[in-house]
Amino acid sequence: MTSDEKMRLLWVEHLNRIKNDQDEAAFAELFDHFAPRVKGFLMKSGADASLAEECAQEVMATCWHKAHMFDPSRASVATWIFTIARNKKIDVLRRQRRPEPEDLGWGPEEEPDQDDVIVLQQETELLGRAMAELPAAQRELIERAYFGELTHSEIAAETGLPLGTIKSRIRLALERLRHAMK
Amino acid sequence: MHNEIKHHLTDPILMAYAAGTLPEAFNLMVAAHVSLCDHCRARLDAFDVVGGEVLEQQAGNAVTMEAGSLAATMALISGGPADEIRMPERKACGVLPGPLQDYVGGDLDSVRWKPIGLGVKQAILPTSKDASARLLFIPAGAAMPDHGHHGTEMTMVLQGAFQDEEDYFARGDVEVADSDMHHTPIADVHEDCICLAVTDAPLRFNGVLPKIAQRIARI
Repeated sequence: MTSDEKMRLLWVEHLNRIKNDQDEAAFAELFDHFAPRVKGFLMKSGADASLAEECAQEVMATCWHKAHMFDPSRASVATWIFTIARNKKIDVLRRQRRPEPEDLGWGPEEEPDQDDVIVLQQETELLGRAMAELPAAQRELIERAYFGELTHSEIAAETGLPLGTIKSRIRLALERLRHAMK
Repeated sequence: MHNEIKHHLTDPILMAYAAGTLPEAFNLMVAAHVSLCDHCRARLDAFDVVGGEVLEQQAGNAVTMEAGSLAATMALISGGPADEIRMPERKACGVLPGPLQDYVGGDLDSVRWKPIGLGVKQAILPTSKDASARLLFIPAGAAMPDHGHHGTEMTMVLQGAFQDEEDYFARGDVEVADSDMHHTPIADVHEDCICLAVTDAPLRFNGVLPKIAQRIARI
């Protein structure tokens, strides 16, 4: 296991400590790492520094309150925090409702399978590494898409990213769930 | 049912939904389609992962939090969770998937249709003004007027089916039309066809008279 993979599992561990023990030291470390990233994301998406600061604090507070909803067999901590920050952006910067797909009803009630957690976190790490290794121009294009600097018709259909593995893994989990619901 | 969808959302649309940069009407289309389509749900989740990695790789940007930021956040936390907008309780997926039911206020029997001629009816859904979303009712076997597009138009079948110059579209299938495309969808004869249509520009009909009708009907 690489040090980056260990880091991802460490963040999962931090969220567990926040969920189970209201651990403020774990939260402080999570905050140090993610709050500036969330703030930067919001500023690049068009917020001024003081609004981005305020929203980043609210996003991190939501992480605390919703720690029990986090399922590490479905998402990495970075993915999960991104979705919270993205919804904050739509709510505050764009002042729109965000229609969400129907929930499949998988709650975090059951303890996720540890092997599923490790594989999901590893595959996220592989995708992250592939992104870091993309030619600068291509990586910049993806970033601009996520910061809202490109319209949907300007977004290239080919990202050049190995999305296949992660898609199959998610698909597998969905099929397992559908099967369990029958 | 879930495996029969043949026409899916495009990568750029899914990526823009994950990024949170689409107009509300297009978000509604994505949420409605993904409710019916596990294939696109998995693809969408993958684009959330890409978003997480864009966030993770922000390291070199030298953005810092203000002094006392963590303490301020702890104070926010001790104030309890922020009030969240409670969505009305959803019924199970009917003809309308859950996200559409939220906009209509119920399933198909709650839609307030307005006739727009030749048996075709529509109901405009309340979204932000940068794009529009509406439900369309086309009687079995009837045709929609021939029309071109200025921007992007996406149409998803919710009931029945339609055929146009491109292909055959049934429940869950999405047709994406851009400004080059002129098409005449015809509803399948077996059942009245109900679709969700979203567009980021007004449709244009061929001819002068329809233009006036268009202004009145907002299609």
